[in-house]
Amino acid sequence: MKIIVAIKRVVDPYVKIRIKPDESGVETDNVKKTINPFDEIAIEEAVRIKEKYDNVEIILVSIGDDKAAESLRAGLALGADRAIHIKKSDESSSLCIAKILSKICEKEAPNLILLGKQSIDNDNNQVGQMLSVLLDYPCATFASKITLSENKVQVIREIDGGLETQEITMPGIVTTDLRLNEPRYASLPNIMQAKRKPLAIIAFEALDLSFVSTQKILSVKKPEQRSEGKILDSVSALVACLKDEAKVI
Amino acid sequence: MTVLVVIEHDGTEIKPSVRNLISAAQQLGHDIHGIMIGFNLSSLVENNHLLAGIDRLIVNDHSVYEAQLAENISQVIAQYAPNYTHVLFASSTYGKDTMPRVAALLDVEPLSDVTNIIDENTFIRPIYAGNANAVVHSSAKIQVMTIRTSAFSLTKESEFAVEIENSQVIITADHSVLIEKTLSKQDRPALSHAKVIVSGGRGLQSAENFKLLESLADKLNAAIGATRAAVDAGFVPNDYQVGQTGKVVAPELYIAVGISGAIQHLAGMKDSKVIVAINKDPDAPIFAIADYGLVGDLFEILPELEKALTS
Repeated sequence: MKIIVAIKRVVDPYVKIRIKPDESGVETDNVKKTINPFDEIAIEEAVRIKEKYDNVEIILVSIGDDKAAESLRAGLALGADRAIHIKKSDESSSLCIAKILSKICEKEAPNLILLGKQSIDNDNNQVGQMLSVLLDYPCATFASKITLSENKVQVIREIDGGLETQEITMPGIVTTDLRLNEPRYASLPNIMQAKRKPLAIIAFEALDLSFVSTQKILSVKKPEQRSEGKILDSVSALVACLKDEAKVI
Repeated sequence: MTVLVVIEHDGTEIKPSVRNLISAAQQLGHDIHGIMIGFNLSSLVENNHLLAGIDRLIVNDHSVYEAQLAENISQVIAQYAPNYTHVLFASSTYGKDTMPRVAALLDVEPLSDVTNIIDENTFIRPIYAGNANAVVHSSAKIQVMTIRTSAFSLTKESEFAVEIENSQVIITADHSVLIEKTLSKQDRPALSHAKVIVSGGRGLQSAENFKLLESLADKLNAAIGATRAAVDAGFVPNDYQVGQTGKVVAPELYIAVGISGAIQHLAGMKDSKVIVAINKDPDAPIFAIADYGLVGDLFEILPELEKALTS
């Protein structure tokens, strides 16, 4: 069985972001980066499947500048077998990413594609669903449990009112939610070994995909800050404030 | 401008957030159509007082849509979409699952989680867990998007006459099957449209203690929310989660109990009108965004607060 895991390199979730002074975007140079946490969960799930079944190959794919290779190496150290780096230096929209991934998947013919449900930078939550349309594969989103059976994947999904179990046929796509698993840390020997695993580099231009984006970010602004509140010394003071000042109870 | 609004329901009720969605659509155009897809919809169509503001309702009522799977529902919506300038979904798990598929079927770049509409091509959406707002211009041939409904006001509920168009588009889902749905039973207002929310974090320490929030919530007719840490620890089910990847809420009053205030949680509640924080750590980040703070032991403060609200 072949599993493709698509990963994105993002600003570390624990870093306090800075907006560029000219409001053209968020400062991403010289900022700590990491594998998108949801994608890390996707890698972990693939590795657990590999540990449970025979003949599983895990291929990581990432689209980005030279630095994306670092994230791919980190993913290989977690247990993936090989990696594909699509070199593209400018920011891509979800539709563009989905089109690139569909090209790779057509060539690799995976049985299962795992992706994080959203990247924590742009918070779009789109790529897996779009890829499912482009490849005509089914897609189960927001997975908190995945069970494989003969040519099928059963997925427990986190939805607004609770949980839902969906079954999709393979080849299929699953996007991962937070509670699917807890990713492991890479061991030093695995990090060393990962350096020797195959990592193919493909230039975006070589994919024969012409893509012109219809979206333009005009500016990126700081959200309105809330004004400083009050620390009160008693419950009765709180109730008085809520009643008389805020008038919410 | 003709706007198509996707109407979400659970088979028995239309989701109340549709009123926020319609008010967002009203900022874009005067001609607003709705599309409702499912099975046995006749009572929903008759009891349509929530849909004030919609001129025409396209109803697609067939057993193939009973499971409400994004796989085939997205194809139905994509068939209608070319007649419209904008297609709007609520930013619910249903909307998030379905909207990008519709966009891919139409080969357009969509927008997620729109919080402001500047004009028909310009929108604001939060990025980086709400720590920045992107102003995005889109020249897509059809503007497909999810709307963060908590950022838009409600339409007025009223009796109105809507033109019904029964659709005959039948598309099956061939690769996905719904096995079961386990919805949490709650007798209180839903998180997405409660006026008051009482929310708990790791500070509650256990599922048992989390129940302490219930009587306070009862007093205030409030919904109960939780942080990711509280859900991960098993205090409450996943659908309680408020935050970047859970539900985004903006009630009149948000009472954060034993919540330190990780940025991922703040992303889901910082637009609440009034925020109260109760925490024993005076340096907890939640105090930086709270209007009113009480520093102290929540196990002493909660019963006292309940008593004060009773009298």
